[in-house]
Amino acid sequence: MAKPLKMLIVDDSNIIRRKIERGHDATKFEVVGSASSGKEAVEKFQSLNPDVVTMDLTMPQMDGIECISRLVALKPEVRILVVSALSDKATGIAALEKGAQGFLCKPFDDQKLSVALNELVG
Amino acid sequence: MSEQTLQVFINGVVNYFQHTSDKEVKVGTPYLIENSAPSAFDYTGIIGVSGPYRGTVYFTAPKALLTHLLLALGEKDTSIDNILDLVGEVANTISGNARSEFGQEFMISVPVVVEGAPSGIHLPKHLRSYVIPVYWKAYSAAVVICLEN
Repeated sequence: MAKPLKMLIVDDSNIIRRKIERGHDATKFEVVGSASSGKEAVEKFQSLNPDVVTMDLTMPQMDGIECISRLVALKPEVRILVVSALSDKATGIAALEKGAQGFLCKPFDDQKLSVALNELVG
Repeated sequence: MSEQTLQVFINGVVNYFQHTSDKEVKVGTPYLIENSAPSAFDYTGIIGVSGPYRGTVYFTAPKALLTHLLLALGEKDTSIDNILDLVGEVANTISGNARSEFGQEFMISVPVVVEGAPSGIHLPKHLRSYVIPVYWKAYSAAVVICLEN
């Protein structure tokens, strides 16, 4: 069996971070850390070196769009799933242009999370 | 504010609760209130809005509803910290979902969470707010919209 991919969860909501922690497929992903802002995410990214990141967009200190750019600059092959309530197409396109590969709109259930994560790394 | 604008937020509320383990949510008839007497339950999540619409959107709910909602979301920790987190996240989700209709110029802030009602800092006194009553299980809550364009 392949080794689980290291995952970093970035969201300013503790509830959403824990929902993703509970809802992900543990055979495919290992949660190595979480961050509540873009700034904290960049710091943790450098020490934890994750393969996959779930990324909120509306966050204090540094928003998700800027954070995506920073993370992709550090590791171009990182797979980033945006998990956001911002549901307009332009926001999704902006995130993809910065280097994200997937978009999951809040609110979401475990099934939608699973599908989105599998598509991200599929 | 047009009926279509209000409907966007009503759709957002219904969509939010339909992603919980108890999907049955009802929305009452919206009504207007003065900002000098804001509608509020125990906890309130407030989102600042800028762009073509300017103002505030907030979700306000009693502690019992938020506790029950945490459990319905699979979250066993019903501490005050998580209750505050949740009320902000509901406000953020409803407001963020509105961008599918209003577009990316509809800018929203990170949530501010307070115990009780929003203060004068959050609500312009010269405007009135639309209250959208929300009924979930045996509880009442509300989404309140105060926007000008």
